[in-house]
Amino acid sequence: MSTPVSDTAVIPERPRTLAEKVWDDHLVVKGENGQPDLIYIDLHLVHEVTSPQAFDGLRAEGRALRRLDLTIATEDHNTPTLDIDKPIADLTSRTQIETLRRNAEEFGVRIHSLGDREQGIVHVVGPQLGLTMPGITVVCGDSHTSTHGAFGAMAFGIGTSEVEHVMATQTLPLKPFKTMAITVEGDLRPGVTAKDIILAIIAKIGANGGQGYVLEYRGSAIRSLSMEGRMTMCNMSIEAGARAGMIAPDETTFAYVEGKPHAPKGKDWDDAVAYWRTLPSDEGAVYDAEVFLDANELEPFVTWGTNPGQGVSLSEAVPDPASFADPNERAAAERALEYMDLAAGTPMKDVPVDAVFMGSCTNSRIEDLRAFASVIEGRTKADGVRVMVVPGSARVRLEAEAEGLDKVFIDFGAEWRFAGCSMCLGMNPDQLAPGERCASTSNRNFEGRQGKGGRTHLVSPLVAAATAVLGHLASPSDLPAREKVGL
Amino acid sequence: MDKFTTHTGIAAPLKRSAVDTDQIIPAVYLKRVTKTGFDDALFANWRQDPEFVLNQPAYAGASILVAGPDFGTGSSREHAVWALRDYGFAVVLSPRFADIFRGNAGKQGLLAGVVSEADIERLWRALDAAPGVSMTVDLEAREAVLGELRVPFEIDDYTRWRLIEGLDDIGLTLRDEDKIAQFEARREAWRPRTLPVQ
Ligand code: SF4
Repeated sequence: MSTPVSDTAVIPERPRTLAEKVWDDHLVVKGENGQPDLIYIDLHLVHEVTSPQAFDGLRAEGRALRRLDLTIATEDHNTPTLDIDKPIADLTSRTQIETLRRNAEEFGVRIHSLGDREQGIVHVVGPQLGLTMPGITVVCGDSHTSTHGAFGAMAFGIGTSEVEHVMATQTLPLKPFKTMAITVEGDLRPGVTAKDIILAIIAKIGANGGQGYVLEYRGSAIRSLSMEGRMTMCNMSIEAGARAGMIAPDETTFAYVEGKPHAPKGKDWDDAVAYWRTLPSDEGAVYDAEVFLDANELEPFVTWGTNPGQGVSLSEAVPDPASFADPNERAAAERALEYMDLAAGTPMKDVPVDAVFMGSCTNSRIEDLRAFASVIEGRTKADGVRVMVVPGSARVRLEAEAEGLDKVFIDFGAEWRFAGCSMCLGMNPDQLAPGERCASTSNRNFEGRQGKGGRTHLVSPLVAAATAVLGHLASPSDLPAREKVGL
Repeated sequence: MDKFTTHTGIAAPLKRSAVDTDQIIPAVYLKRVTKTGFDDALFANWRQDPEFVLNQPAYAGASILVAGPDFGTGSSREHAVWALRDYGFAVVLSPRFADIFRGNAGKQGLLAGVVSEADIERLWRALDAAPGVSMTVDLEAREAVLGELRVPFEIDDYTRWRLIEGLDDIGLTLRDEDKIAQFEARREAWRPRTLPVQ
């Protein structure tokens, strides 16, 4: 058992989990008699949708934003991905973005606006700037803040009142979360990715299975993942109902952070790494719940229903609602199949799509774009399928262009767009038409999420790419061999 | 948030039960980007009816709402409390509140007092007899006084204390300002900073 070092007053003399260590090291006030703890927030990410009322609340009370140097804003949910130099047509979208710009200026918040190199989805921007790092607390008025847990940070989404609370005090009153260990051991088969692991986990524990928990992903299959893959996994923790997801920092993490614009340097870097090495859960640390998954068994995964827990392996068929023992699940499956216009027993690979969306904070980093490009390169898209590739940030877009990926996308017949949330939630014009079916690398397949009446199948970038080639749900192994470029 | 000890103002009877937050503020008003200025949104649909209680001259400037049971059910929107507050209400009395609404009210300085159904009926009768009459709500004594009529109300000790001290969540946290400052003083240098821009 290691003895973690901390200068906060309360250090329990027992083995602790990663989540407990980060929590303990951010205790400003320990709550007594059932009162919440007061937790310090290291990094506050702000975007245009959930911040306006928080700024207005500060203004109404005459309060300042306490730590401008721990706050950063970007525009993402409403930003157009075409013609970004023209005024935004939708009035609500434009108002939200203009309000953020005004507020940022009035309060002095660093902001990255449309057209700026660092603009992009808030959960892509934090890590690429090196602001997201192990052992810190990160909040944002957005549920997918869980993404940042991939670094061994405690990162979670908050509501607008909490956004105001963090702005005014840089703290939050919180009750400790429960912890769940999700251990994934083994080697992933070729073509199986982080997205498939997390979809399989959510299908296993259910869309509410993580409620109240911080999920800690561990085991050899997790350690073998890149940072991008880890972010994909932690991103979707919220789809299992969890407060947050975390992965212990290791050499992969340090290598990713090192050299990023805001990463610690010199002695600070050495101090940081020394501390970060103490963060992994201690031997014998007790979790409130444990789940195991065999990585060797996993196949590419796809959802058939209208919540992220309704998924199967791509080689399987649409399940029969009658096969669900739980009456609520059965009823939910019936409703989902009706909405999705799918018949039980249909092989998933026989399901044709109208659109493919490659993007969102789940899968829009450079590695995701490379994976997508590696499959489509030298191939042409299926007739009648609309393919949209939306980088997570302006920086990712530039990086992709420097590598020539944009040409691969365009030659394939895909639309190469500017950065933002785009068709992940369709707050901008990027939406599905009613009845359209989409293979999407995003994280939510709720009814109407990608446009009213739209139907979403959540998949990995590799499956999205193969699907774009064949016009029906498919994995790269279903593709005929290419003439020139090998897989 | 202002300190709340007693409040005196015109009381308006809202003789309806299960007033949900969609009635208090319809969803179309949620698109706004402010936290204030929702006075026009309060009961927007009902206010189109000239007979609606708040449209009657006697109740102009009302600041105490005397409502039926299950007030504030439905969606958790905080806007419901903002709209009541912006319109000028300081107090809502009802035999039963939805939990989330009551929580939101406490945070925004709106007193949500639980009064027995029989006492609500008594208040309604007294208000009908003298429309536009003033009522006093005494938070320390947990009592509403309307002329001769005195009715007790319930509110939990913690919320009552917060209202009396005028503490919203942020104000409450700022009581620990020194502890926050101490924590900040010992934060390690390697932790992230967004400024200066690198
Ligand atoms: S990409 Fe989608 S899930 Fe991610 S922050 Fe944007 S809207 Fe939310």
